[in-house]
Amino acid sequence: MSGHLMDGKTVKMSTRKLNFFYGKTLALKQISMEIPEKCVTALIGPSGCGKTTFLRCLNRMNDTIEGIRVEGEILLDDRNIYHPEVDPVQVRRRVGMVFQKSNPFPKTIFENVAYGLRISGGYSKAEIAMRVEASLKGAALWDEVSGRLQESAMSLSGGQQQRLCIARALAMSPEVLLMDEPTSAIDPVATARIEELVLQLKDRLTVVIVTHNMQQAARISDYTAFFFQGRIVEFGPTQKIFTNPSHPKTEEYITGRFG
Amino acid sequence: MKKKWAEKIGFALFSGAALLVLFFLGIIVGDIFSKGAGVISWQFLTQAPREGMTEGGIFPAILGTFLVSVITILFAVPLGMFAAIYLNEYALPGRTTRLIRLAIRNLSGVPSIVYGLFGVVLFVQMMQFGTSVLSAGLTLGLLTLPWTITASEEALKTVPKSYREGALALGATKWYAIRTNVLPYAIPGMLTGVILGLARAAGETAPILFTGAAFFLPHLPRSLFDQFMALPYHLYILATQHHDIAKVRPIAYGTALVLLGLILLLSASAIYFRYRYRQRMKG
Repeated sequence: MSGHLMDGKTVKMSTRKLNFFYGKTLALKQISMEIPEKCVTALIGPSGCGKTTFLRCLNRMNDTIEGIRVEGEILLDDRNIYHPEVDPVQVRRRVGMVFQKSNPFPKTIFENVAYGLRISGGYSKAEIAMRVEASLKGAALWDEVSGRLQESAMSLSGGQQQRLCIARALAMSPEVLLMDEPTSAIDPVATARIEELVLQLKDRLTVVIVTHNMQQAARISDYTAFFFQGRIVEFGPTQKIFTNPSHPKTEEYITGRFG
Repeated sequence: MKKKWAEKIGFALFSGAALLVLFFLGIIVGDIFSKGAGVISWQFLTQAPREGMTEGGIFPAILGTFLVSVITILFAVPLGMFAAIYLNEYALPGRTTRLIRLAIRNLSGVPSIVYGLFGVVLFVQMMQFGTSVLSAGLTLGLLTLPWTITASEEALKTVPKSYREGALALGATKWYAIRTNVLPYAIPGMLTGVILGLARAAGETAPILFTGAAFFLPHLPRSLFDQFMALPYHLYILATQHHDIAKVRPIAYGTALVLLGLILLLSASAIYFRYRYRQRMKG
């Protein structure tokens, strides 16, 4: 679909000279980057550097905040998602999101995963059940919850809740999955499970993940973008960023000298 | 040592103030109960007043208060909820929103007699509903509106932002997210506020005085455009306007007790809804 190529890979999303304002504050400056399809792209950088803001631009979640302004373009399969004729609701069906703090709804496990399917409607009961099962399997949660789908999602552990949120996003068959520090509030064992899951997910979709954990970025991502003060300082294959960064700031950050 | 004493005095002062409230409530309830319980009987609750209200029961007043309350709910609940949804979910902060909030706050401070007079002008005369159940119910509805809106807004605020965001991120429209992932968790809290507002309205005399409440009616209201008898007004008449006040005093206390019981019942159901709501939020 997309004409752009990057290391021989198809580009799924790209931004062109993206500026982002909160009121009068310029939070993202001239961001141009390409997100390769079916890869994991990590966004790293110190707090307040704009990586979460950038992530939330990719599915237009920032639209819900008052007083924001976007300049430039974000392309999804060569189509600008900020074009006035594009409905943000449609964008979000294609670009799913998992939040920093897991946010299961106070409904049953089943209804949580089925939530998105019920929005668009048109699925039979059997189809919904089938998709819920497939999504829970896709999020590596099925074995733990298959016998208690009608229980409240609030009864799950923190790590399970986050995987439930992943399953909920997967149910919509998104083409891109955005993850905003999905493991920051989760214990190491649960974190390992989610990392494993992310590696499996990239077989079928494109993942963009914000993380504060350098080891995590190194372990699971194919590409890494280093954000600093609203700009992209460096973007390239993770291997290169972590072993041979071109920019001194990148090296300082990944070796833990600041941030 | 000195500090300890200051703390003790402070504690005594605070707990004293709190206990005083309980004390007064106890006296009021105790007084009404002891003087009114004697006349309460099945006949008292189900029969009409007889012999110039010196005999018989207060059924028309109970029914009238009930009917008016139904109108109040039907009018104030949807309107209050919609306004709260608009203010909390849609309205952009700005001059108009500030003005609306200011109006709501001021409305809650308007004396109830002013609502009564306004009701006469708007519902009785302009809209030609006459002095009726409908006019009185709508007037009380206006009175409770600030409460209903404020309580509904508070209830909406307690629903975490992440429920809205989570739904939006799955491709829900704003209204779908509110309808399916915010309102179900806010409605019990909204009801709590509505009921407390209603409890206040049910006890009001001034707003219904000119808009539909009757001194005495030989028959029950036949339609929404009929006049009615109401508990608070009936009580007011028995206590101050009757030709033989001493004779009807027990009936007055009985009426007060029924009214108080009704309001306590409403408050209790509000507490029940709040409890259910908290359980639900825990999932």
